[in-house]
Formats: sequence, structure tokens, C-alpha cells
Amino acid sequence: MPAIYALYVINKSGGLIYNKEFVVMASNNLNDTLRLASIWHSLHAIAAQLSPAPGCTGIELLQADTFDLHCFQTLTGTKMLMVVEPNTPDVDILLKDTIYDLYCDFVLKNPFYEVEMPIRCELFDLNLFQTINNVHRRWGLIH
Amino acid sequence: MFSSPLYRLNIVDRPLAKGKGEVSLSAFSFLFSELVQYCQTKVSNIGELERRLEDIGAEAKDLEQSNTAEDEYMISDYDLFVNKFISVPKDMGALNCAAFVAGIVKGVLDGAGFRARVTAHFVPVKGQPKPKTTILMKFDGTVLAREHRLPSL
Repeated sequence: MPAIYALYVINKSGGLIYNKEFVVMASNNLNDTLRLASIWHSLHAIAAQLSPAPGCTGIELLQADTFDLHCFQTLTGTKMLMVVEPNTPDVDILLKDTIYDLYCDFVLKNPFYEVEMPIRCELFDLNLFQTINNVHRRWGLIH
Repeated sequence: MFSSPLYRLNIVDRPLAKGKGEVSLSAFSFLFSELVQYCQTKVSNIGELERRLEDIGAEAKDLEQSNTAEDEYMISDYDLFVNKFISVPKDMGALNCAAFVAGIVKGVLDGAGFRARVTAHFVPVKGQPKPKTTILMKFDGTVLAREHRLPSL
């Protein structure tokens, strides 16, 4: 059953600037989340350099037994991470098209947001929840 | 290929392209966002920020607050385009960036000879997550007096 667990946004320097969980998760610990963000940032950078594939920009997908972790990096180096149920389809498209659009609209066009700082924008939260709910409804998770 | 006389002219001598008369909402939003941020660096409190945004849209700004309560007009918008992407932080309270629009309205009214105090407010709507924006126009006493005089002419 496909499902979206959580969304994280990591800034250029590896700091966690946004985290939102859409289901109740086992270890809901902010310190763990911060650690995940900075470790992922480093792994992503190292992978981009070590990869034998030419023009590699970093890890895009990590598949584990209990989750898939999709990563989308913007041109400016901000990373969006989405933790989903294994084999959830089209998450890369969702990140790149929908979530990135929401980020541009409700975070970057908000005059009260300072770049690289934690995201506290009411409208971003609101629209993100709507989007995730719509996706979950389409998958029949909620009615 | 470059035989047209226009191409032989220096680029600065050519007429300007007329361009499109419309601007994308994204471009406008980014510009407006920068404008608000610029104003923010110049003020020490929220009221001052709103007044600055008003002043950018307004021509005349020496109007005193009118005590005439009878002549207030309002324009309401449920999804005002300048507020479409803006989330106001909690510590900024009732700041409404539509103060910029209020300034434009004030500029037009003042230009037409209707001196008014124009302000922007959030008004909560039942059953809606987002409040609507109301542009409140409070006309000057002289305008009222003139309007009362007119029908008797």
C-alpha cells in the first residue's frame, strides 16, 4: 500500500529547515531528524564525487526494507527528502513538480521568510497538507 | 537577412519593442516580496511598515485622520493577489501587506479629489480557513461637506 510518511527540507549547508510527518512515526525525535539531515547531506555530497556515473548529482533514492527515501536537489543546493512506503510510485515527480512548486510559491515568495532559515510559513503547511491529503485520497488511504 | 533598415540602426536608436501588457504573478510576487523586505529594513515597528507600503502606492500623504464616522467605504477581496503567497508571522500580529493596495487606492482617490484615509484589514470569514482582506476608505470631512452641498445646487 503506497503512503507518504514524511517530508524534510535541508538547506545548502546541511541544516534541517523543515520537517513534517504525515503519519505517526515510531521514533519521532527531533535530534534524530537533525542527524538524519546532516548525515544525508554529507553522504549525498560524497556519493556525487565517488559515483562512476558521469555527471552524477548525488543520491536520488535510497531503498530499505521498511521505507524508500527519495531525494530531490534544487539547482541552488536545497534538498527535499521524502520518506515513503517501499515501492510508492511517482514520488520523484511529486517532489520535483508539486512540492518544489509549493516551496517556490509559499516559502520563497513570502517576504517574511529568510533564506536558509527554518521554514515557518502557514500557507506552505496548509497547501502541503492539502496536496498530501489529495495524494493519499487518490491512493485510497483516506476517504 | 539584415537588409531591413531597422537592423542597420544601432541598438539604442531602434524603437523599443512594445512588449506584453501583462506580468506573470510569480514575477510580481517576487518583486513585491523584495519590496516588503526592503521596507522592513527601514522600519522599527509594524505600523510604520504598513504606512511605508501605503506611501509607495500613494501620491499625497499629508492627510490627517478624519473623525467623521458616517462615510466609510469598503472593498473586500477573499484572495487578494498580493497576499496570495504571504504568511505573516505570529509576532507581526495584524500586519496586512495589502497596505500597498490601500496606498494605490488612496493615490487614485486623492488624485480624483476625494481625500481619504485608506487602510487594509484582515476580516475573518466563517467557515473559511483564510480571512478576507478589506480595504477601508474613510473620507475626509471636506469631501463629506462637499458631497452634502452638491445636491442642493
